Amino acid sequence: MTRNLSLLAGVVLVGLVVGTALVSFVWTPHDPLLVDASVRLLGPTGDFVFGTDKLGRDVASQLMVGARTTLYVGVVAVGIAALVGTPLGILAGMGARWLGELIMRVNDLVLAFPALLLAIMLGAVYGASTLTAMIAIGVATVPSFARIARAGTLQVMSTEYVLAARAGGRSRWWIALRHVLPNISGLVLVQSSVSFAIAVLAEAALSFLGFGTAPPTPSWGRMLQESQELLAVDPRLALVPGAAIALAVLGFNLLGDGLRDRFDPRLEVRR
Amino acid sequence: MISVTDLERTYRRPRTSLTGPRPEVHALRGVSFDIEKGQRFGIVGESGSGKSTLVRLLAALDRPTSGSISLQGRRIDNLPERRLGFLRSQVQIVFQDPMGSLDPRMRVRDIISEPLGRQPGRRERVRELLDAVGLPADSGERYPHQFSGGQRQRISLARALAPRPSILLADEAVSALDVLVRKQILDLIAELVERYELTLVFVSHDLGVVRRVCDTVAVMRAGEIVELGAVDEVYDDPRHPYTRELIAAAPNLAAALAGLEEE
Repeated sequence: MTRNLSLLAGVVLVGLVVGTALVSFVWTPHDPLLVDASVRLLGPTGDFVFGTDKLGRDVASQLMVGARTTLYVGVVAVGIAALVGTPLGILAGMGARWLGELIMRVNDLVLAFPALLLAIMLGAVYGASTLTAMIAIGVATVPSFARIARAGTLQVMSTEYVLAARAGGRSRWWIALRHVLPNISGLVLVQSSVSFAIAVLAEAALSFLGFGTAPPTPSWGRMLQESQELLAVDPRLALVPGAAIALAVLGFNLLGDGLRDRFDPRLEVRR
Repeated sequence: MISVTDLERTYRRPRTSLTGPRPEVHALRGVSFDIEKGQRFGIVGESGSGKSTLVRLLAALDRPTSGSISLQGRRIDNLPERRLGFLRSQVQIVFQDPMGSLDPRMRVRDIISEPLGRQPGRRERVRELLDAVGLPADSGERYPHQFSGGQRQRISLARALAPRPSILLADEAVSALDVLVRKQILDLIAELVERYELTLVFVSHDLGVVRRVCDTVAVMRAGEIVELGAVDEVYDDPRHPYTRELIAAAPNLAAALAGLEEE
């Protein structure tokens, strides 16, 4: 019961973020980039639901367009990580022992390297942008996928249905595509959701530090940064994007947890 | 048909200390026997006696440490996978675990036709096989978890028969089933062996089960064959003390069935 609850809460929160981002393509209450000195630092009113910032821009509109940036970074970063990490993990689990060891040791090396540091280095070399942030977060997330995919692959490879497939003369490719991939897809999906939460947080941190999304594109991390100097005067400007980030991270984590309970291979038998 | 000579298989355990040698487990220590075409050869022994290792070696799913295995006069123990094609269609296995031997994410028709790869006409073959093992014709569209243990073993049998093998290996194929279902699957195996003129290698820890389907039996203990002969002779007049122990200890299938019928 609790397991369905966390899945439901995750779906609702993630749905909220995705819905907001989609709506922002066709409608926002105001132009999120419109600077208007006459309405600076307004509190929440009927016209400006979350008020305005120091340049008179509508916070609610920025938040909506910012959700787009957040999702965009998450999707691309997790996409890179899953598409590179999963095949690597399967290779490590099915290939020769030395190859598996090699892949996993390199994996440990990347895992030991902080994602933010990598993003800052990439940003320093290629210029700070959403793209460098996405690539850095994606590369740093590859090891989690490789690990989970290898663990799942080893488990699948030890089953009798794989032995039966080998006895039936099926190739390694066949076994990887027909048996390993479908049986670890649940694990990969769960990892995607959890990694998505981490990517959202990393993007916000990078934008906050000025190594992520460049102005004027709205981003939750940069909204936080811009609110910093006014924290004592108007904490609302920090609270709104802060709450958005927290809810998005919570949503993807809950979704991941809920999915894990659904896909856990140990629970498979009971279905 | 199958000839096994001085077969040994030694496994290396992971290191238990940094400097010491890796401990070795001798799963098979010098096993030799011959199986004739059409023979129904039983292998009996307790768990850890090396019988599953032996089956895996016979199916060329593992390599022996030393010794040789020949199939119809051809050595198979030292061939690379790409040259084992002839064996892959001739030798098929049925495993013990009715759940673990079927991929939970595959439809039954895909499971059964798996040894056929992408051969044309595999749909028709699946239909024939479902009929041969006594499963309803619409089973192909369903998934393994929708079937009972006995039905799953029927699916495994259908998959094993798909490439028209000449040798069927059964590794504890009925051990996980309850008594009544066990009898049905045993009868089915006996019937299929007869109908398709198969050579059967049947592994079990239960001598009573082996006696029901086999004509010859090898008794294994700690990686060696301690007694080998016609199944009735071994059963009625066991020579080796271990065989006697095994007969005394094993629950009798016939007695269990009789008890079931009395109820």
